[in-house]
Amino acid sequence: MKSDTITKYVLFISSLVVLLVSAGMVLSLVGDAVPVFEKFGWRFIISTDWNPTEGRESYGALPFIAGTISTSVLALLICLPMAFATSLFVAEYFRKTYVSSILGSMVDLLAGVPSIVYGLWGFYTLRPFIVSLGLDAQGYGIFTAGLILAIMIIPYATSISSEIIAMVPVELKEAAYSLGATRYEVIMYVVLPNARSGIVASFILAFGRALGETMAVTMLIGNTNIIPTGLFSTGNSMASVIANQFGEADGLKMSALIAIGLLLFVITGIINALGKMVIKRMSR
Amino acid sequence: MTNNLTNKNIDILENPVLKMEHLHVAYGKTDKYAVRDVSATIKKNAITAIMGPSGCGKSTLLRAINRMHQLYPDIKTLGNIYLNDEDITKMSAIHLRRKIGMVFQRPNPFPTMSIYDNVVAGYKLNGIRMKKNERDAIVEKSLISVGLWDEVKDSLRKKGTFLSGGQQQRLCIARAIAFKPDVILLDEPTSALDPIATSKVEDLLVQLKKEYTIVLVTHNMSQAARISDYSMFMYLGDLVEYGKTKMMFTNPRDKKTEEYLTGKFG
Amino acid sequence: MGQKNSVKMEAHKLKDNSAYRTLKDKVFLIGVIIVSVITISPIVLIIGKLVWEGVGQINFSFFTETTPSTFEAMTAVANNEVIPGGIVNGIMGTFLIVGMASLIAIPIGILIGLFLYENQQSRYAGLIRSLSDILQGVPSIVLGLISYLWVVKNVVQGYSALAGSVALAVMMLPLIIRSTEETMKMIPGTLKEAALALGVPYYKVIIRVLIPSGFSGLATGVLLAISRILGETAPLMLTTLGNPMINWDITAPTSAVPLLIWNFYNDPNMINLIWSSSLFLMGFVLTMNIISKRLVAKI
Ligand SMILES: Nc1ncnc2c1ncn2[C@@H]1O[C@H](COP(=O)(O)OP(=O)(O)O)[C@@H](O)[C@H]1O
Ligand SMILES: [Mg+2]
Repeated sequence: MKSDTITKYVLFISSLVVLLVSAGMVLSLVGDAVPVFEKFGWRFIISTDWNPTEGRESYGALPFIAGTISTSVLALLICLPMAFATSLFVAEYFRKTYVSSILGSMVDLLAGVPSIVYGLWGFYTLRPFIVSLGLDAQGYGIFTAGLILAIMIIPYATSISSEIIAMVPVELKEAAYSLGATRYEVIMYVVLPNARSGIVASFILAFGRALGETMAVTMLIGNTNIIPTGLFSTGNSMASVIANQFGEADGLKMSALIAIGLLLFVITGIINALGKMVIKRMSR
Repeated sequence: MTNNLTNKNIDILENPVLKMEHLHVAYGKTDKYAVRDVSATIKKNAITAIMGPSGCGKSTLLRAINRMHQLYPDIKTLGNIYLNDEDITKMSAIHLRRKIGMVFQRPNPFPTMSIYDNVVAGYKLNGIRMKKNERDAIVEKSLISVGLWDEVKDSLRKKGTFLSGGQQQRLCIARAIAFKPDVILLDEPTSALDPIATSKVEDLLVQLKKEYTIVLVTHNMSQAARISDYSMFMYLGDLVEYGKTKMMFTNPRDKKTEEYLTGKFG
Repeated sequence: MGQKNSVKMEAHKLKDNSAYRTLKDKVFLIGVIIVSVITISPIVLIIGKLVWEGVGQINFSFFTETTPSTFEAMTAVANNEVIPGGIVNGIMGTFLIVGMASLIAIPIGILIGLFLYENQQSRYAGLIRSLSDILQGVPSIVLGLISYLWVVKNVVQGYSALAGSVALAVMMLPLIIRSTEETMKMIPGTLKEAALALGVPYYKVIIRVLIPSGFSGLATGVLLAISRILGETAPLMLTTLGNPMINWDITAPTSAVPLLIWNFYNDPNMINLIWSSSLFLMGFVLTMNIISKRLVAKI
């Protein structure tokens, strides 16, 4: 019986790891972000200045916040119809068929591609394609980065959405068919309203993914510290400015990068918590 | 026309709303039919009960009538069904199902819609736009017909799923009749309900037969005896016997029917 | 009577719109199919591109030699030859970093998963579960920053394999916690109760009953977690830095396959190596993925 108590303690103590890591993460980020917030205060968040020249140092995160939000929102917008159609394909139209399992596996494969490989493919295939379409001379920028991000988050949105769509009770669909509805009408008036919160949650979580993606965005966004002015404007995201400038950073600049990391942590945390909340509310 | 349809049918061929000819239904690729060679006609403004032990093919037969099986590519249907002398396979499914309402075993109001929207769901699903007063009239009339109006008239905007099981089932009947079908198909509509709710639904069906033709699947023979005018008895996919309910219950012609009605199996 | 007329009228309207509605239904279906095919086309294009461009560079030395210098690569490209050397320093580095991350994350993750399973209802366990969910959503670059602050700045005082492993371990941890808890929930409770009723100590029940009967579930979780971290680049840029040589010292800078890809991408002379390295990485990740799916199918 004594050993059971020890076992319980071992399990309990290991659970403290999660607590310590979470708390330590917040404390470290906040601690090392303090210098930049002490120096610039809230201006750090709303300023567009990014000047590491010694003596005239000035750091503002707004361009990067704008870059992250605009690429992620664009990714979400592109992902919406695509993940939606794919979920309907897998979980409604071709449910339990061979084609649907093949398509589903291919979507899973998309989730397995490393970020850097997406970056390479985006750089060598997507970017020239955008140039050849005449959309942009260089092919870098918000649009290219958002497009590759969309491809990256589609699997997340699809897997949750299709699970939820498959859960809509057959009796409800049959009730609608028995009233003369077409499949399209059944999808619009029965399947979607019943799966709504799950689908919303899946897109929130996918959006959370997009916010933190680093490599692919870094390779395609153009890395200019400006607030993007249009779809094909270059920019920089929070994650990519950290990746790009970390190597040569120290002192106040390091603190600025860590502060950006902290902001990113907070934003993704809020978005993910929101998604989880929607899912939890739905399962009740 | 009346080749060998008559053997199981007695004197009900005049004025048929539905006519089935050599109907076969099979699930999957097996050659085992869940419904085998059923021929019968259904009389207008009457309640026709389909009885039989569980798994004998009652639901399968019922769902062939509004072509529900066509939603599942694996299910094969052979034979002909006529609605008012029109071949149902030649009609669009949309049109057919608008003429034939269906009520399911478990009450299934749309959980995302209010009571009001559930009643007019057929119109909404079919993309039919109406003026508000037209819609109000249909809702009121349908809910009155199913005896639900007084109970829900103050909570029409509430979700239908808040109602009791019996109320939900009557709401589903209202949803089916709001669309003014010719025929209402009901698949064991009271099997999930308590006795009081059951008798309310039974009374309602007797009321409704004045305006509609009703086909009722039930595995409860006393229910069939209480409210149906005609009864079919099915066994292992075959239509064993079909006739006036009173006659069948007092003087069954087939031995299997007799065994079933006397409770030897089922 | 007016009522009846209006209903009759509706019937006509309905007949009229049924062709239009059927058409809309068909168009929507076709749209869904087209968009779905477009959605999955990138995976075909990506794998095709990697194979097409990468296969030529994959040879024996690719797996046995370290990365060439820029000069060697430049000469080879100038002479239209295959770039000499390989990525063995990256492969070994990946093994070292990922192996160490697994050693940290797997046992702790399984223990925490067991704790959550044992304390389903407790509020503390709920808190741990939520925190673990939040950890799972933290961008990998932030985990790189954290490990930099903890390990690079304080523990090792330099870029090191260990720092990379810590970042990747934090990334794995929530995945393993979750898969352990889910797996345990699937094991029939009676199995555990029967063993406990016989007076078997609880740790033995864990080792002899719970872990063996949930083995394939646990293994799936572990493999998926590993396949998730194998391709991570950003956190390693901040922690392990890279190394042109094979390195087994966990306190020294170390290379990894994704880091090499990043280096090749940034060095015009090495560009030819990105595809073969990516093909290798992708093949590795997908193999892990497929093995884990097979395991799921077996349960
Ligand atoms: N979806 C289905 N797939 C395969 N077989 C089915 C399906 N539904 C019913 N069956 C089979 O068809 C036969 C008749 O079923 P059903 O019509 O539901 O019987 P009842 O309604 O009389 O209980 C049964 O043997 C049943 O197992
Ligand atoms: Mg049935």
